[in-house]
Amino acid sequence: MTRAEFIEYYRRMLTIRYCEEQIGLLFARNLTMGTAHLSIGQEACAVGVLAAARPDDYVVSTHRGHGHLLAKGASPARLIAEICGRATGFCRGKGGSQHIAVGEINFLGTNGITGGGIPIATGAALSVKIRGTDQVVICFFGDGAANQGTFHESLNMAAVWKLPVVYVCENNGYAMYTRSTDVTSVADIAVRAGAYGIPGLKVDGMDLLAVRDAAAEAIDRARLGLGPTLLELETYRLCGHSKSDPGKYRPKDEVAKWTARDPVATWRRRLLVEGLAEVELARVEAEVKAEIEAATEFALQSPYAEDEALEGTYAPTRLDAAMKAGAR
Amino acid sequence: MRTLTYREALYEALLEEMEADPRVILIGEDFVGGGAFGVAGDLPDRFGADRVIRTPISENSYVGLAVGAAMTGLRPVVEIMFMDFVTLAMDQLVNHAAKIHYMYAGQYRVPLVLRTPAGAGRGYGASHSQSLEGWLIQVPGLKVVAPSDPADAKGLLKAAIRDDNPVVFIENKLLYPKKGDVPDGLDTVPIGRARVHRPGQDITIITYGRMVDLAVEAADILAREDVFCEVIDLRTLKPLDIETIFGSVRRTGRVVFVEEGTGGIGAEVCARIAENCLAHLKGRPTRVAAGDVPIPSAGPLEQRVIPQVSDIINGCIDSLQVE
Repeated sequence: MTRAEFIEYYRRMLTIRYCEEQIGLLFARNLTMGTAHLSIGQEACAVGVLAAARPDDYVVSTHRGHGHLLAKGASPARLIAEICGRATGFCRGKGGSQHIAVGEINFLGTNGITGGGIPIATGAALSVKIRGTDQVVICFFGDGAANQGTFHESLNMAAVWKLPVVYVCENNGYAMYTRSTDVTSVADIAVRAGAYGIPGLKVDGMDLLAVRDAAAEAIDRARLGLGPTLLELETYRLCGHSKSDPGKYRPKDEVAKWTARDPVATWRRRLLVEGLAEVELARVEAEVKAEIEAATEFALQSPYAEDEALEGTYAPTRLDAAMKAGAR
Repeated sequence: MRTLTYREALYEALLEEMEADPRVILIGEDFVGGGAFGVAGDLPDRFGADRVIRTPISENSYVGLAVGAAMTGLRPVVEIMFMDFVTLAMDQLVNHAAKIHYMYAGQYRVPLVLRTPAGAGRGYGASHSQSLEGWLIQVPGLKVVAPSDPADAKGLLKAAIRDDNPVVFIENKLLYPKKGDVPDGLDTVPIGRARVHRPGQDITIITYGRMVDLAVEAADILAREDVFCEVIDLRTLKPLDIETIFGSVRRTGRVVFVEEGTGGIGAEVCARIAENCLAHLKGRPTRVAAGDVPIPSAGPLEQRVIPQVSDIINGCIDSLQVE
């Protein structure tokens, strides 16, 4: 790995961390719309997986999707604007945190329905196969979604047709406020891959390079036409489920154990060991902080698009013109 | 002009659109033999596994599969074997397909057709006989069509496939063997346009799908008593061709709405007539719909639940009462 790569990964994780913290602050000031599910603590998953993907690969995300967007290259300013409901947001304030797509970077959407994105990702992979491009689809979901029917139905179909999709389960231990192990039949979600005859791998989701390397192998496999892989990334959210959740149901020692494994802090220590200078890291931190502040400023100065509220339900269709012209 | 069955007309629409546009694919269960009602015919053999996707029995996920395919450049036509099973796919249809264009501010389109056989009359019982379109017209972002004859079946299916929005395409299963004239080279029949099936000045009967034939039969019988009914075939249930409806009701002053479901489409149409045409009404709007029960299996019971010609005639007589 080059110094530039080390720094770049740090910058990406830091962008997510600072952006999520900023969104938390905006929520506290009542400047965001609805709730927000933050991914603080899960940065190595988003950055690690997408470091292994190509820019034209598709991503399907979840309700906790800000990190995936940023790791795919979405602008923090337009992301914060969307979460604040502004016209400059990716979806002009119509989507909000849980419904953000970014067409220009093949980001097919965060998703407010647990498990709702899994069949959509599978369909995008079918489309890739039929259209004969060599793109891969990255499908993020959580441990909660691994108990939805769509997870099982989709893995089955993707396995039967050998579709170019990588299923990435970010297992943060809790399906909302419920401990996953209380409601899940197996200790490791990765073993469910075996039921569908595809490879399944459990990876330390706090270890950026382990995530990146496992994702790279799965993505290569998909791109070569060898079919889907299920990756389970063991991670933790160092915050509540949503902004209305102080997370009191989690034991203090458990939180302390995972806090000690904070992927951003871990990476920073790693960079110092690799010989990067403290001043260099401080410069990156200052730059990212300034970028997020400018992004926030941009978002809060943007207007709402209330005049568009009743528009855009339907896509205009060629046939509409024919109808107006008075066809049969 | 040729005579085709409703089933053959649908097949031709699929064949022609698949030949014309390589992005059009079929997705569904049991395409061996052309699907449960044989509409797809030999298309699986003609186009192969890349264009006709044979799915497992996983309705929600294969509708989601179609959503993902539609967002990324294909134009899937999904078949749900019985409309009752649309309930299994409501999340993908309602929360995803219908909303994506609006909630992502136009960045993605979902050009998807969901074909499904609906309706009673074959003794299949409660889980295989429903007409659930009354729910679907409540969903912003969906279009809903329900053709009543072979020409409309062909033209509307071609229009649905070329539409850039999700279209639920309802095929009443008793109509599959129905024959009718189909113009040579018929292209699309526009979505959102009703048809005055038969003119008349006394009562407007508004209906769609299989009930059109029953309404025409009722109108024939009433004509012998010098009561002349105008029969409007909605053809598209969402978006409604409201101007055609209002125009007729303003002339006749009386309206009878007939549907095979439990009344949702009629509720919407009659409410809009009351809002917009009250001054022209000579009597109260009358609805003829299924009874508020699950569909029973036994033929004699089924007939009591689903509207018959006699129910439509009685509805028309009711509408003639002066309050």
